[in-house]
Amino acid sequence: MDSLPILSLMTYSPLVGALIILFWVNAPANAVRWIALIAASVSLVFSLIMLAMFDRSDSGMQLQETFRWLPDVGIEYYLGVDGISVPLVILTTMLVVIAILASWDAIQHRVREYMIVMLLLATGMIGVFVSLNLFLFYIFWEVVLIPMALMIGIWGSANRIYAAVKFFLYTLAGSLLMLVAIVATYQSYFEQTGERTLSVLQLSQGDYGTNFQMWVFLAFFFAFAIKIPLWPFHTWLPDAHVEAPTAGSVLLAGVLLKMGGYGLMRFNLPMFPDAAEAFAPLIIVLSVIAIIYGALVALVQTDLKKLIAYSSVSHMGFVTLGIFAFNAQGMYGAMIVMISHGLVTGALFLLVGVVYHRAHTRAIEKFGGLATNMPIYASFFGLFMFASLGLPGLSGFVGEFLAILAAFREYPIAGIISMAVVVLSAWYMMWMFQRVVWQRAPGEPPDHDDPELKLAGSEAPPKVAGGSGDHHHEDVDPRTLSDVNAKEILTLVPLALLTIWIGVHPGPFMELMQPALEALLEPFGGSGF
Amino acid sequence: MNELMPEQFMFLSAALFIIGMVGVLTRRNVLVIFMCVELMLASVNIAFVGFAWEFSQMTGQIFALFVIAIAAAEAVIGLGIIMALTRQRDTVDINEVRELRQ
Amino acid sequence: MSSWLFLIPLLPLAAAVINFILGRWFLQHASQWLATLAVAGSFILSIPVFLEIVSDEQAISQHLYTWIPAGDFDIPVTLFVDQLTATMLLVVTGVGLLVHIYSIGYMHGDPGIYRFFSYLPLFVFSMLMLVMANNFLVLFVFWEAVGLCSFLLIGFWYRRRSAASAAKKAFIVNRVGDFGFGIGILLIFVTYGTIEYAGVFDMVGDASQTTITVIALLLFTGAIGKSAQLPLFVWLPDAMEGPTPVSALIHAATMVTAGIFVLARAYPVVSQSADAMMVISIVGIATAFVAATIAVTQYDIKKVVAYSTVSQLGFMAFAIGTGAWIAAIFHLVTHAFFKGLLFLGAGSVIHGMHEEQDMRKMGGLKKYMPITYWTFLIGAAANAGIIPLAGFWSKDEIILGTWLYDHTVIMVIAFITAFFTSLYMFRAVFMTFHGEERFNPDEVHPHESPRIMTIPLIVLAVFAATIGFIGFPPEDGWFHHFLINAFPGLTLPDVAWSTIFIFAGISTLIALSGLFIQYMAYVKKSISPAGIAGLLGPLYKLAANRWYLDEIYDVLIVRPLVAFSMFLWRFVDAQVIDGTVNGVATLVTYTSQQWRKAQTGLIANYVFAIALGAIIIIGAFMIFGSNLFQ
Repeated sequence: MDSLPILSLMTYSPLVGALIILFWVNAPANAVRWIALIAASVSLVFSLIMLAMFDRSDSGMQLQETFRWLPDVGIEYYLGVDGISVPLVILTTMLVVIAILASWDAIQHRVREYMIVMLLLATGMIGVFVSLNLFLFYIFWEVVLIPMALMIGIWGSANRIYAAVKFFLYTLAGSLLMLVAIVATYQSYFEQTGERTLSVLQLSQGDYGTNFQMWVFLAFFFAFAIKIPLWPFHTWLPDAHVEAPTAGSVLLAGVLLKMGGYGLMRFNLPMFPDAAEAFAPLIIVLSVIAIIYGALVALVQTDLKKLIAYSSVSHMGFVTLGIFAFNAQGMYGAMIVMISHGLVTGALFLLVGVVYHRAHTRAIEKFGGLATNMPIYASFFGLFMFASLGLPGLSGFVGEFLAILAAFREYPIAGIISMAVVVLSAWYMMWMFQRVVWQRAPGEPPDHDDPELKLAGSEAPPKVAGGSGDHHHEDVDPRTLSDVNAKEILTLVPLALLTIWIGVHPGPFMELMQPALEALLEPFGGSGF
Repeated sequence: MNELMPEQFMFLSAALFIIGMVGVLTRRNVLVIFMCVELMLASVNIAFVGFAWEFSQMTGQIFALFVIAIAAAEAVIGLGIIMALTRQRDTVDINEVRELRQ
Repeated sequence: MSSWLFLIPLLPLAAAVINFILGRWFLQHASQWLATLAVAGSFILSIPVFLEIVSDEQAISQHLYTWIPAGDFDIPVTLFVDQLTATMLLVVTGVGLLVHIYSIGYMHGDPGIYRFFSYLPLFVFSMLMLVMANNFLVLFVFWEAVGLCSFLLIGFWYRRRSAASAAKKAFIVNRVGDFGFGIGILLIFVTYGTIEYAGVFDMVGDASQTTITVIALLLFTGAIGKSAQLPLFVWLPDAMEGPTPVSALIHAATMVTAGIFVLARAYPVVSQSADAMMVISIVGIATAFVAATIAVTQYDIKKVVAYSTVSQLGFMAFAIGTGAWIAAIFHLVTHAFFKGLLFLGAGSVIHGMHEEQDMRKMGGLKKYMPITYWTFLIGAAANAGIIPLAGFWSKDEIILGTWLYDHTVIMVIAFITAFFTSLYMFRAVFMTFHGEERFNPDEVHPHESPRIMTIPLIVLAVFAATIGFIGFPPEDGWFHHFLINAFPGLTLPDVAWSTIFIFAGISTLIALSGLFIQYMAYVKKSISPAGIAGLLGPLYKLAANRWYLDEIYDVLIVRPLVAFSMFLWRFVDAQVIDGTVNGVATLVTYTSQQWRKAQTGLIANYVFAIALGAIIIIGAFMIFGSNLFQ
């Protein structure tokens, strides 16, 4: 690659934006916002150029960039993308732009610092997906952690410090284990070949003993399982999601969770195939627990964001379910679930952000009848609700069905149990939808043509939506909320279009991934292709 | 006139060191503690010089000179700290100064 | 011909999308014409397709694109029309068109009209795709899509708590069935390596008998949900919260018959398993009977028709279970017309009575709305099986089937159910249109519906009266010879005319006796329905309370599940997992607190520790020598 260093340009353009904001000390808030938006958009444009330059028939790393750094210890600056990382990179660059737009009005204090943090986060997230040297990867991995913790801790809601610390410590614990594993792998490879390297591609060629693989696999796995988050490492997620600002939740769900699934596919599988196969049944069990558990707990949530957070646990269970079934459908399923979850859950958090911005509450019981005064909002809400509950024709179904199919081929019971989520996801999403978007505002009497009124004489008195109507007057009346504005529509439309596109015609996306996934599956027999 | 035996200056050095250490451990006056620290340093010097004489090497004497130089510098800093302390707290009792605890 | 097959579903889809996006601000009431025209276009396009199938006896298909290319799991979207699909095409677009026209009158003035005319063509699109799919997964996709439309339309008046709950319930209960259906698809793929009809049906025999039975039963699980069989029919009566045209199109004529359609579609699989057929027939007859008993006790006119639908779906299911495949599809077709007619008629009554649905507050409406009365009467008679209306031919053939294929017990129950059918149908007719006027004439002024609503009624009534003749003579009609091509290996039984006459006689007798009893009860008043209800006591209560199914589900499934979820959240999540995490943190803090006590702040202590440490190290070094750190 002696032409344009497209990956570096893409990775660092947000960082450049952050530096500009950093050194323009007295920048007005709007200028800061525009700089951030432009920097993120530039990154998005570069990622689209990358997509155009990407050769879809090649399974190897493409657009590689290497740069000598500390050659004596095998540390080099090494970037590259394949069919697994390209979709995730584009998802990231796109969600960053959307997150900045979503914070435009929502963030009003410390705008400069906020945007710096946001752009740093962007660089870190893109870097995670493109770096092929474990040292570089680890740096980017940690770079993601700190801005996210800051974002939750500074711009979050009431209980933000607890959530930020919990998020930070959970993830840090995982990544420290990973650091140990990186060093161990490095040492083992050095002892085998006499060569010091931290390049993922080279390390994947190593032949590690089974016992060694087990331990190192587990260390990597914990780091990624916490990020995904797989049951029972998930409890940081509801807190982090609930407390984070809207854009933080979007990126957390949309990108950060994907880093876990990506890490499993990029590191665990190629480097430690024996251990991966040995642990697969255990991980499948955890995935199935996560899928059902997340859905069940989502069923009883009273906070919009918490409900979506637990649904994330359920959805992300399909990623590990698909990966560790080790067949073509599983890999496709895992990838599409990751992309789809990024789009759909990101959009759901944006939608929660819309009402939170207006009503300053996320409690489900405070809302009702939003479809009446917010019809566009209701339409988007409905669309993403159905995408989330796996309605065929939208993105969620394709990924989840493939993952279930993959599991069913190898572990029929796991496939059957995880299929039960079609009932549970419909239950919790519709329960929320009914109470928030449909029906009436809390305490509002039935309309004049409502049959409930007729029941009044013959049967029990009409139940009023939301119960006794004892709502406090400081609560904002949901009937007064205004519909989504142009900027909010702008953030939702691309997500909606992609959701429908992936659901109706996932072919192009799957062709993009196919060579890389095929290569990934080779050590495992590559069944299904 | 007997030849100087190593045991003799070793005992002297050890005795002075222990006296100094006990002083550091038991006394409460900062100045006294400080003097005891100096005493410990001096005891080490005696050992150094003694061994230098014993093995007819200059290394021990050089070390002793180093220690004296460092002790001087340390005395300056130490006394400076004590001065600052007495100005701040108006006491030289070490037990009154427990800032490190919190 | 096959090159423009895609237009048939595309037209309603386009109308749906345009109406949804532009409806609120630009189209408003114009949306109703767009939707109606689109469905009319589909209907017109379906006719030549049907005729081609009739003349060529050859299935046609059109490949559109590859939907999911996941390795060996390669799913195309291909439109496929054979005799079965062609029949469904006409039913769906035909009834769909009439319901669209009717809705223009019924929904007049509703502020959400653009939504209505967006969801309704979307449903027609989904239903068309469902019947035109050429593999099980695409079928499943649109199986869910019709569920989506059903959800949106039941919850059309979303501000009503009851409507919102009913919509949610319908979707979730359907999903319980889909759970089984989905696993069935997985099993089909794992067993046969493909999910395209042609491939699967060619290889049916390759799998073990057990596998075939399991697949058939799993597909039937889907049908239990969608076609409202026991024990999942609870959603259908609630679904009556939607606007009445929706009930007519979705919850009577088309969507609910999708389950029957799927069983017929999977004929090569299902017919291979006698066990599965047995289960289907038992569930079907039980559903037919239970729903019929409930229908007799209901007072809401729509609920009566709804339970009647459940009961008739049970008829279709046990027809398939007993092996009377063509009779089942025949009944599906006739039912689409007469039940669509009944719902639209009920809607016309409700419309004329200012949204009153309770039959106890009606009566004597015959003179106010004659067209509605006569058409409703035709529908009711067709449903009850009065010769020579459509329902008679198909239902009689189903019961004849039980005899031909030796299911005597089912036959007896079917006759009893037919008696109940006649009871509840004529009860509805007499309570609504005859007898004294029980409404308050000052408040309610019954009136006939506008022409745009009565014309579809008349058209449907004509069909409900005559469509049965496509299946005449029984087991040997034009329809049988046409449809037999869709069921390879099936032969039409030879039935003696004497048998046909005997069965027709018994059926007619039963239907007329039901009519007579209800006439005595509600017009002549010589029988007291309340007296009979009192006589039956707990049995009546059981039926009137819908066999307590909702309550049973609530106690046995919903509440325990919610409680369990609460336990998972409040205990497992908050106590066990977070407890462990926070416990680690607390442990670290506690240990640190203990160590902190060592930090006295007394320099003497520190120095003492240093000295002690030095002594220990030196001592250890002296004891162990230089080996210590090796």
